Amino acid sequence: MDIPYTVELRRDTGLTNGKIGIWLFLASEVMLFGALFASYILIRTGAPSWPRGDTLLDVPLATLNTIVLIASSVTMVMAWASLMRRRFGTFRIYMGGTILLGLVFLVVKYFEYSHHLHLGELPSTNNFLAIYFTLTGLHGLHVFGGMVVNAYFWGPGAKLWKTNPVWFTNRVEHSGLFWHFVDLVWIFLFPTLYLL
Amino acid sequence: MTSDHATDMTSDHAVDIDRHVRVYITVFVALMVLTIITVAVSRFHLPVPIAVTVALIVAIVKGSLVACYFMHLISEKKLIYAVLALTAVFFAALLALPIFTYSDGYWIR
Repeated sequence: MDIPYTVELRRDTGLTNGKIGIWLFLASEVMLFGALFASYILIRTGAPSWPRGDTLLDVPLATLNTIVLIASSVTMVMAWASLMRRRFGTFRIYMGGTILLGLVFLVVKYFEYSHHLHLGELPSTNNFLAIYFTLTGLHGLHVFGGMVVNAYFWGPGAKLWKTNPVWFTNRVEHSGLFWHFVDLVWIFLFPTLYLL
Repeated sequence: MTSDHATDMTSDHAVDIDRHVRVYITVFVALMVLTIITVAVSRFHLPVPIAVTVALIVAIVKGSLVACYFMHLISEKKLIYAVLALTAVFFAALLALPIFTYSDGYWIR
């Protein structure tokens, strides 16, 4: 049996089922990160003293990562726009760029983590590092998850383009929504953890 | 740009997409400038309440640009807005919880 409303719009919602599905999933993600942000506020305001992020963390590296992630959001939306223009080759270039930029983000994060671990700065060291590793670790997992999905659409999943280009374009759009959400979370994490 | 676009890839839509691509580039430049502003302001070592306010305002502007243009929320269907409105209510409640601690749990006893 075919999955309904992958291409045509439902009359009652005006949307495809995939679009509603990804937005409901993102709503649950907002609550997940929201709970952690609330924990951060609670721990910080309850602490007798709290270090400025830039005294413990590497701001230039995090700024680089911010630029990398924003750039990856642009390549992601350009990948989708390429499919809308029926330019599959260009889609592959932009989607490949998105995956590579995601990889750059994770490699930079690896260097940051290694530096902390080398100095003996572990999540158990203090509350600041505990919430730092929790928030950035969870975010990093999301970046990795997004990369896996994008790599699927760049590689084996792209076969769908030949048989049903509209469905494939919709899938890439939904994958892009997740990727932009991951970028959006980082936009708030960066000043919260590194600059304040 | 709604999902309508994904169901019809005619030449008219190609022109529409070209217009949107220009918007994406503009938003990208704006996000870069705002990132530089965020880092530059932090170097002034402002008092914490002011620093938090400035950082939050810039982050909200950046987040709105991503949501409105990259995630196409500026022209989405009503159902998506309804889902997000409900999420916003619960998100706000979640962030408000720490405030209760200031009153020593008075509000939730």
